[in-house]
Amino acid sequence: MTAATVALARRALRNSFRRPQFLAPLVLFPTMFLAVNVGGLERTTSLAGFPQVDGFLDFQLAAAITQSLLLGGVSAGIAAALDIEGGFFDRLAASPTPRLAIVLGRLLAASVIAALQVVYFLVLGAIFGASVKGGVLGVLCVLAIGVVAGTGFGALGVMIALRARSASTVQGIFPLVFVVLFVSTAFFPANLLSPPADVVAAYNPLSYIADGLRQPIAFGNALEPLLEALAAAAGVAIAATSLSVLALRGRLRQA
Amino acid sequence: MPAFNTFARLLLRLAPERSCACNIIGRIAAIEVIGLQREFKGGVKAVDGIDLEVASGEVFGFLGPNGAGKTTTVRMLVTLLRPTGGHAHVAGFDVADEPAQVRRRIGVALQDAALDPLMTGSELIELQATLHGIAPHTFRTRGAELIERVGLSQAADRRVGTYSGGMRRRLDLAMALIHAPEVLFLDEPTTGLDPTSRLTLWDEVRRLRDEGTTVFLTTQYLEEADQLADRLGIIAAGRIVAGGTPAALKSEIGTPHLDLVLTDRSDLRRAREVVAGFGDQRPATDGCHLSIGLAHGAADIAPILRALDDAGFAVAELELKQPTLDDVFLAKTGEHLEGAAEAEPEPELV
Repeated sequence: MTAATVALARRALRNSFRRPQFLAPLVLFPTMFLAVNVGGLERTTSLAGFPQVDGFLDFQLAAAITQSLLLGGVSAGIAAALDIEGGFFDRLAASPTPRLAIVLGRLLAASVIAALQVVYFLVLGAIFGASVKGGVLGVLCVLAIGVVAGTGFGALGVMIALRARSASTVQGIFPLVFVVLFVSTAFFPANLLSPPADVVAAYNPLSYIADGLRQPIAFGNALEPLLEALAAAAGVAIAATSLSVLALRGRLRQA
Repeated sequence: MPAFNTFARLLLRLAPERSCACNIIGRIAAIEVIGLQREFKGGVKAVDGIDLEVASGEVFGFLGPNGAGKTTTVRMLVTLLRPTGGHAHVAGFDVADEPAQVRRRIGVALQDAALDPLMTGSELIELQATLHGIAPHTFRTRGAELIERVGLSQAADRRVGTYSGGMRRRLDLAMALIHAPEVLFLDEPTTGLDPTSRLTLWDEVRRLRDEGTTVFLTTQYLEEADQLADRLGIIAAGRIVAGGTPAALKSEIGTPHLDLVLTDRSDLRRAREVVAGFGDQRPATDGCHLSIGLAHGAADIAPILRALDDAGFAVAELELKQPTLDDVFLAKTGEHLEGAAEAEPEPELV
């Protein structure tokens, strides 16, 4: 099981780097979004009720990371759907590969890519003056939350791929990523959101994940938001992984 | 007798080196299929109660036109599709109840070699070996041997996306053999290949037979079935319509036939009436106007030509044909086999 999971994760990772057209948008798109937001909305920090931050970049970095991780989930889903469309999934299904390894291998790769995404944005932030206030421990917290959340988003993508069996359908959820992200506290603090966005944001796990990522970067380490973020990310990861395993079983049973 | 089969299987499972099931007369059977069915949504029966038995070490050809149920049968036998009726045992294990055991013992090269185009040949071999639980030091040696055996040593470190159709098929075959399977399933392995690649794959199948591997080969090519298969099953519309060795099947049909091309085809109905007394008339194959079964072989040719000449028909071309598997198919189904004509060959990249 472990050897098969690692082998499939290695394959997924290798393919991600050999398919730059899938990998590049995961960081380029949020980077452009980050640049536009920070460049054009800097004065937002002067709004009454906006938390005290060194700069808007410190605040927006968490949004860019969350956005990037969500896109990573879409990318993992597309890759899984391409395996189904191209028949590679059948090759795995006809081999003695443990069924769980088919999903876990993909998620292990998603977690490694998530770590790289987090590192990219922290380095980018550092280059433009956004140091992590929480220090090394803060960086580790951001990494931990990012990896767990990235794994969860990857599981969501894989689940949709197993249900839809079509890469274009998985790609179709791309706009939904933005809708879900905009009704969270990723881009603006909860107290500046208007109803009903503030209500939705309160129940949106992305709010807790983004706030948890933001805490060590913009404000320093604090236990409560970090634990909430980890809980939200783990909740998404556990629920989505369970659903994707169920989807895999359903797909194999339908066969 | 079913109790005997179960007992035999239990015994054989205790002796893993011989995990094939025995049939009721005690012969080793690598594949045993009884009343296998697959019905899809809407009540479409792709496979409608077929019986098969493939002996250990034989090449079994599964011949039929597109849509006859070949691939559906294979997908059930390799555990990718659950049967909706009947039973199938592969390498001694039930495909529905013991799929994991079956998967460990089979090699599969499905139609449209599903290879990851972003990986190299070596990487795919390594992945397949890992998925079969083969230790790294073993698969490196065996993988290199197999890659050399299928003639891909030069291309092993190239991405599969750059391979030609023939190279992909050969790599697919190497991957299917990495764990030295007891039973190898090849689903239309040469469809769309150029003649050279086809012959290379045929040689490899022969070599596998010589090494004692059981091969279940589906094909729509008559020549391929004739050349490679020790025994054949012919499937049409989800049912087995004939089975046996190619020679036995052809001799069952018996007589040769005469294909005629007339210079004037304006009154073929009258021409058929003229030759009606000489033998059974068959649907004309492509390019000829009349096809007549000859009860007395070549001795019937002269009287037929004389009769046509007397009736004012001139013969432009004639050909005496010995029974073929297409004749067998025709005799059993009333139709010629689709795909009897060669598919457009795919150019081989170097």
